[in-house]
Amino acid sequence: MELKVHSYESMGTYDGPGLRLVVFLQGCPFRCLYCANPDTISFEGGTPTLPEAILKMALNQKPFFGKKGGVTFSGGEPTAQAEALVPLVRELQEHGINVCIDTNGAIWNSHVEELFSIADLVLLDVKQINPARHLDLTGRTNTRTLETAAWLEEHGRPFWLRYVLVPGISDTEEDIRALGEHFGNGRYRMIRRVEILPYHTLGKNKYEVLGWDYKLKDTPLNTKEQLDRAKGLFDRYFDCAVLN
Amino acid sequence: MELNEKFIDGVWSSRIDVSDFVYRNITPYTGDASFLCGPTERTKKLWNKCLAAMEEERQNNGVRSIDAKTISTITSHKAGYIDRENEIIVGLQTDELLKRAIKPFGGWRVVERACNQNGVELDPKVKEIFTHYRKSHNDGVFDVYTEEILKFRSLGFLTGLPDNYSRGRIIGDYRRLALYGADRIIEAKKEDLRNLTGPMTEDRIRLREEVAEQIRALNEIKVLGEYYGLDLGRPAYDAREAVQWVYMAYLAAVKEQDGAAMSLGSVSSFLDIYIEYDLNHGIIDESQAQELVDQFVMKLRMVRHLRMQAYNDIFAGDPTWITESIGGRFNDGKVKVTKTSFRFLQTLYNLGPAPEPNMTVLWSPELPEGFKDFCAKVSIDTSSVQYENDNLMRDTRKCDDYGIACCVSYQAVGKAIQFFGARANLAKALLLAINGGRCENTGTLMVEGIEPLKSDVLNYDEVLANYKKVLHEVARVYNEAMNIIHYMHDKYDYERSQMAFIDTNPSINLAYGVAGMSIAADSLSAIKFAKVTAHRNEEGLTDSFKIEGEYPCFGNDDDRVDNIAKELIHYFNGELCKLPIYKNAEPTLSILTITSNVMYGKKTGATPDGRLKGVAFAPGANPMHGRDSHGAIASLSSVAKLDYHDAMDGISNTFSIVPKSLGPTDHEKVENLVTMMDGYFTKGAHHLNVNVLNREMLEDAMEHPEKYPQLTIRVSGYAVNFTKLSREHQLEVIARTFHEKF
Repeated sequence: MELKVHSYESMGTYDGPGLRLVVFLQGCPFRCLYCANPDTISFEGGTPTLPEAILKMALNQKPFFGKKGGVTFSGGEPTAQAEALVPLVRELQEHGINVCIDTNGAIWNSHVEELFSIADLVLLDVKQINPARHLDLTGRTNTRTLETAAWLEEHGRPFWLRYVLVPGISDTEEDIRALGEHFGNGRYRMIRRVEILPYHTLGKNKYEVLGWDYKLKDTPLNTKEQLDRAKGLFDRYFDCAVLN
Repeated sequence: MELNEKFIDGVWSSRIDVSDFVYRNITPYTGDASFLCGPTERTKKLWNKCLAAMEEERQNNGVRSIDAKTISTITSHKAGYIDRENEIIVGLQTDELLKRAIKPFGGWRVVERACNQNGVELDPKVKEIFTHYRKSHNDGVFDVYTEEILKFRSLGFLTGLPDNYSRGRIIGDYRRLALYGADRIIEAKKEDLRNLTGPMTEDRIRLREEVAEQIRALNEIKVLGEYYGLDLGRPAYDAREAVQWVYMAYLAAVKEQDGAAMSLGSVSSFLDIYIEYDLNHGIIDESQAQELVDQFVMKLRMVRHLRMQAYNDIFAGDPTWITESIGGRFNDGKVKVTKTSFRFLQTLYNLGPAPEPNMTVLWSPELPEGFKDFCAKVSIDTSSVQYENDNLMRDTRKCDDYGIACCVSYQAVGKAIQFFGARANLAKALLLAINGGRCENTGTLMVEGIEPLKSDVLNYDEVLANYKKVLHEVARVYNEAMNIIHYMHDKYDYERSQMAFIDTNPSINLAYGVAGMSIAADSLSAIKFAKVTAHRNEEGLTDSFKIEGEYPCFGNDDDRVDNIAKELIHYFNGELCKLPIYKNAEPTLSILTITSNVMYGKKTGATPDGRLKGVAFAPGANPMHGRDSHGAIASLSSVAKLDYHDAMDGISNTFSIVPKSLGPTDHEKVENLVTMMDGYFTKGAHHLNVNVLNREMLEDAMEHPEKYPQLTIRVSGYAVNFTKLSREHQLEVIARTFHEKF
């Protein structure tokens, strides 16, 4: 079964531990306003790729993975292709390669469940803890994402919580506190790291190429003060918060 | 004083064998960098004087002053000091800091031009001597060059040939002076000379004369020592003397020779033996140990050669390539990392970043973690370190006591030498295959018997068959030029002071080189996997190429094109290996350009990969910038596929990354860089330059050089001060792949 691949980044240093081959898969059900990879959203397109080709690439680059690194499937939303991913993930692991899934946690079916039960680490992007604001930001509610987090906790699957800090959209004290109340203070023991991702606009020119309107054009980048303040808040709830 | 009472006895005690001394007496260090010290007050005072002198140099178009009168020899200039009171390691090339000397034995016209370009007149007497009484290397070569060689040289097929400047690359085993003293080495050389008996063939006569010259040089080195009140006839007795003696041996070399690259070898762990002894006996403390290394390194940073502009166009940034090899392991696995390996790297903090000495870490995944982490940290902070695969070089070349000659090239120290061979332009040679053997720029017939192509839509098999014929001929002409150059260099500009510290009659490598590999590989890939149509001018010479369809580019871990690059190198090396070499040298090949990739590009017309006429090549074995779509590791993986056995002179790769791309935290940046290098070298790659820089910083440095006097970047095998590069080179460096992402 083929996978629809958008692109590769062979030196991933921000998508899971260590050095990683990041495979960006095509297609995502979310429509995040700040999406940095809008060209991965459509389920049309992408390069149909045999799992063996990805396996070969990963094996070739395995010496670079070191003790911590490996392969991360990102996107797009990789769980949209969970059925094809499961056997590939198993095969990678049989070759001693660590596999991360970078997901918004919004898709759920038996294949996704299997995928999460075998992945070495899940990078769970929680876009907003507030359901209404989540809907505004992504076009979908966060119900399933929060259920996915609960499932990971319940099944003892380690994960990183990732949170994009967009000024005025997801960085209010209220939002961060609500997130902390939900996940922090030891409630989720399977959270290995909380990554605070500063907002950036490096994907902006892709919108122009696609002929799309970039809705956050008036949103400024985080100031250092905003980032420090947010980090301080996260630290009150988590002992493993990192500002990327 | 009997050294053998201080140090563990061995073969080294009865014959000249520094390697044995190091092996028996080294104290490997497996800890971290926490023991290191900052600079002493004396060092700071001294370094400030150097910084001021370098600022004057920069303001004076890169040359502070020239002695245009005194022909530089080992003993030509009396003692010179920076600041005698604070100087614990003494010795300058001339009587004044940053004053450049003339060395006309390689070619006096070059010296004259260099003087003129700097507004100084060469003493007419020098011109008279070298016109009427003494022939130079350059004159010898041009007496003998064939018309064919001249054509290949002037049109840019063979470039950078050491035919008007000294060849360099030879590494004297400068440690010998410290361990044995000049008297003992003279004795050994005299013994060698006695044993070099008949029959008196040309080879034997030449060798006898060479050894006699070496003995003469050693006596002059003793005189040089006397200028500074040093008794170099005897061995060094303590750490300060060991550093001083090694430096004096090196100083003699750079007073006499101005070869393109004048490597230091592998002295740090040798010196550590003396430093460790003095530390253990309470003679010095850590701060004084670091002071010795700082002041030694400072002296190396002040070495200068007089160059003309045309030379700077090829080797930009006033380099001296004082390459010091640090770390590595012995063949039995024992680690060669010592505390002084750390102390050498620490100079990049104590004195700030600098291109010289060219710090080269002999990397192996098995090196102590503390050392690997420190190297990565130094790279991230200073971009002044390069790395080479110790396991690969030892396994392939066998000797574990080696240095790096020039930029990237393995060289057993004291046992062997190499002849510098500059490089041939593979991309331009490919155009001969498409233009019936004619130069694409001038129409000059370079290679006979190359049939015009049947169609302007290029056919891979047809082009490749022509290309092989062309490369066969290029190899022949290249070999002929090399034989002439090295014959004449030995005859008129023999490196007697360096050879005095090398075994008599050493084995020799002839270090050939290529430029434009990734352009040639991508061009062949385009012809094979896409549709390439040649456009020709009225003379029938190609001036552009139309490419329809996609083709795999070198640098994306794609075997289809990576194998083309690999086979190209294999083929050309094979052609070179068939040809006889002067003094029975063994051929090796490098994929290395230094900064000449810019000049090579300038001389090369449009190529079938879509590169336009005059555009710079990628440096060394680097993939062409802007063509790697899979990220840095894929790029490294492609280069790692090139077979070291086909390019034993070295495969240079320059890796530039913005700090953030290495990872989110300082700790992760270090960890990821270590992991990356472990991976790269585990895959059998040979060499890596590591730059960790921001594009904005480089752009700012172009506009405000005074703000960045010590900004160092690494380019294809050596480090260079960014502000000393020409604007063209600066732009090329910035345009080159920055592995930048988000």
